[in-house]
Amino acid sequence: MVTDTAVQEAERTVTKLKAKDFNGKVDPDWCPGCGDFGVLSSLQKACVDLELHPHEILTVSGIGCSSNFPGFFNSYGMHTLHGRALPFATGAKLANHELTVIVTGGDGDGYGIGGNHFTHLARRNVDLTYIVMNNQIYGLTVGQTSPTSEFGMKTKSTPFGSLETPLNPITAAIMNGATFVARGYSADPKGLTDLLCQAIQHKGFSLVDVFSPCVTFNKDNTYDWFKPRVKKLEDEEHDFHDWKAACEQALVWGEKIYYGKFFQVEKKPTLNDLEPVLNEGGPICFRELGLAKEQAKKLLEDMM
Amino acid sequence: MNSDKYDFVISIGGAAGQGIAAPGDVLAWIFVRRGLHLYTYNAYQSIIRGGHIFLTFRVSTEKVYNHGDKTDLLICLNQDTMDRHLKHMEPGSWVIYNSDTIKPGEAQDGVELCGIPVKELSDNNRNKLVQNTGALGVCMHILGLDFGILEDILTKQFIRKGQTVVDENIGVARAACDYAVANFTPCSEAIPEGEKPQAWWSGNEALAMGGACAGVKFYAAYPMSPATGVLHWMAKYARDLGIMVRQVEDEIGVATMAIGAAATGTRAMCATSGGGFALMTEAVGSAGMMEIPVVMINVQRAGPSTGVPTKTEQGDLWQMLGASQGDFPRIIVAPKDALDAFNTVPELFNLVDRYQCPGIIISDLLISEGRSSVDPDDINFHPNIDLGELITKHSTNGDEYLRYKNTESGISPRAVPGLKGYVHVMATDEQDEDGVLISDEFTNPVKRRMMVEKRGRKMQDIFEHVAAPEIEGPKEADVTLVGWGSTYGVIHEAVEQLKTEGITANHLPIKWIVPFHVKEIMEILSNCKKVIMVENNYSGQFYRYMRSETGLNVDTHIRKYDGEPFMPHQVTNGVKEILDGETEVFVPEHKIMV
Repeated sequence: MVTDTAVQEAERTVTKLKAKDFNGKVDPDWCPGCGDFGVLSSLQKACVDLELHPHEILTVSGIGCSSNFPGFFNSYGMHTLHGRALPFATGAKLANHELTVIVTGGDGDGYGIGGNHFTHLARRNVDLTYIVMNNQIYGLTVGQTSPTSEFGMKTKSTPFGSLETPLNPITAAIMNGATFVARGYSADPKGLTDLLCQAIQHKGFSLVDVFSPCVTFNKDNTYDWFKPRVKKLEDEEHDFHDWKAACEQALVWGEKIYYGKFFQVEKKPTLNDLEPVLNEGGPICFRELGLAKEQAKKLLEDMM
Repeated sequence: MNSDKYDFVISIGGAAGQGIAAPGDVLAWIFVRRGLHLYTYNAYQSIIRGGHIFLTFRVSTEKVYNHGDKTDLLICLNQDTMDRHLKHMEPGSWVIYNSDTIKPGEAQDGVELCGIPVKELSDNNRNKLVQNTGALGVCMHILGLDFGILEDILTKQFIRKGQTVVDENIGVARAACDYAVANFTPCSEAIPEGEKPQAWWSGNEALAMGGACAGVKFYAAYPMSPATGVLHWMAKYARDLGIMVRQVEDEIGVATMAIGAAATGTRAMCATSGGGFALMTEAVGSAGMMEIPVVMINVQRAGPSTGVPTKTEQGDLWQMLGASQGDFPRIIVAPKDALDAFNTVPELFNLVDRYQCPGIIISDLLISEGRSSVDPDDINFHPNIDLGELITKHSTNGDEYLRYKNTESGISPRAVPGLKGYVHVMATDEQDEDGVLISDEFTNPVKRRMMVEKRGRKMQDIFEHVAAPEIEGPKEADVTLVGWGSTYGVIHEAVEQLKTEGITANHLPIKWIVPFHVKEIMEILSNCKKVIMVENNYSGQFYRYMRSETGLNVDTHIRKYDGEPFMPHQVTNGVKEILDGETEVFVPEHKIMV
């Protein structure tokens, strides 16, 4: 075992980290004003509040503007393939369940090309946190329609307006079995920090879909567009245990758009809890390799 | 029957759902427990009920390399089997069938037709599986086996269903056996006993077990014939052996999940067939770029596309060579049989851990679904495990850690997530030594070149760790047969058959595809009188690869792409026709309709 809990706990009390301790090796190369800055700083604050250390965290991303996240954040990171962050992260989390695994990416990456994995991660309830920086556009490929682009939206790939209905990540996650579903807004970093803290502490698959405006390519869903519309769900006496109410509130879209925690199931066992192989012996990545003599004997007996 | 050694082939034919596997297993257990060597091949179709299944067992006192050329004893479970196979039965053979429901048709002289009146012998038992048990009873007599052996096995097999079922089955088997004693001629040579009991396994089980012995702790898969057997073994033993087994939503998820697990320092593996591998392709490159060791198995089936899901082929070689965009080191190996597949898994893990790259095992339906006996003493359950330059302890100094350090060997010590002092990012983008991307804002041709060369030179000493191919058989020969992977067993026997016909042949089996032993192969083949390439595909994929690597031109070939594996006589005939100048590319006609 590499983790030495007693020593770590002692260190934790003397070395309280600051947000800047979670700055990555390079500064973000996002466009000035990009919503992703707010997500980065909120996650840094959340990690400080949760007294996490960089080496205890693994951030995993796919491809896209927001998927450059791990390079800007000081923790272990995997910057993987387009749409595949979730299965990469699942493998890592199951192989070392002591890591705090945070997946970061965009709406195209997660709900488009990675949509299949999103569905199955939700029902699988692996203990990881998925932050989607949802800007309703493909940014890194310079502005095409995304799965969350609104009907009629004009982009470079839909110059006459999109003919497709957008996906609602919140209802999709709830229907697929996610146990923590929230919507954040990057212009409310305090609220987002709180949601991220709750999501990371939640045992199971947590989705935080964040309105993270693209100031360069999305001229429709701008800060000015969101500002008069976004309302805090917590002001509405919403019962986040009620999945029907959660879906209803998530579908409200127009003059009012709610953000906050829509849904949570606190006590559903995670895949990590249910998997007997993880019952004892610590993370499988640090276990002894090879078969014991008795195991080999049993295998041979079964073949004879 | 061969005169100098016991060599006997039994085939059971019927439709899917007629319960062929059960009597097949009973016979297999009898043979291996008797110490006999065994090789079985099951010709089947992608159907759950119906169709035609043809299960062939070849039994011998010596090691059996393939399913052989003919059948000595045919068990027909339906009329269709009789209609398809009776014409291939030669003098001195037996055909067992239920005479209540099956009409034999015209047989060659000397074929003993053993019709059994199942209804009468079973007191009108209406269970359709009763004819299978009856056939086993007749087998006991023909093979010269003591009935008690069958009685023991049937008891063990049916005791879970209660004593009545046991008695019923033994009763039918005994009645059929007695009927055979009164009516049929047994084999002149009773089945012998071998030195010691043998174990038996399928190639897929051998691959899975090889993984377990190598320390695989994470296995992911999506079901796909003919690779599913690996998943089934892993799932069955997962809890006993502490292996995390996941069935994932698609092969993209399978490969990326395995690589995610491997990124933590876990030995991770996945298996699929060509179509699934197509989905895994992008992930192969991600393991190459992030320098994460992982083992992926492709059990080839007849393609392209959905192809013939239950038939064999060696048609995915170029797919493996070209899997994923870009230029990066990978290891590709094609084991020759089940035992070799078993040993190859830990061997490949040690290599991919050393070189921090993806490794691919190419199997095929013939190896993976074929079942064969194995000497229990030949199974090394405790292979050497070498994780290479893997760091699994916290850093004790404050030195800067460079995950992709530009070392002389090209291999950078690999620390796993969770450790203090080694925090880094692995990226599928090109990156600098410290993991910072040089793909976007900071593109840099000098650094890009450095990193490509760093990865490229990782495998410079790999030839010290993998065995070069060697000629089997006489050094000097009229003809040299070159094969790769699963053709090993059939070429091995063809060489012996050619010898009895006065043709001296030898055999160059090639296992390591990447790295490829160019020097050794050129040295061997440039001294050969006549070279014939043998492969289970249409376009000579391996030949074209060998030519691209060595520049050697070979103008005579034996190829097969009808879905069925080679039979030894087909290779032998091909060599003769080629030597007689009748053809340059010989494609055998597969006469058995399966």
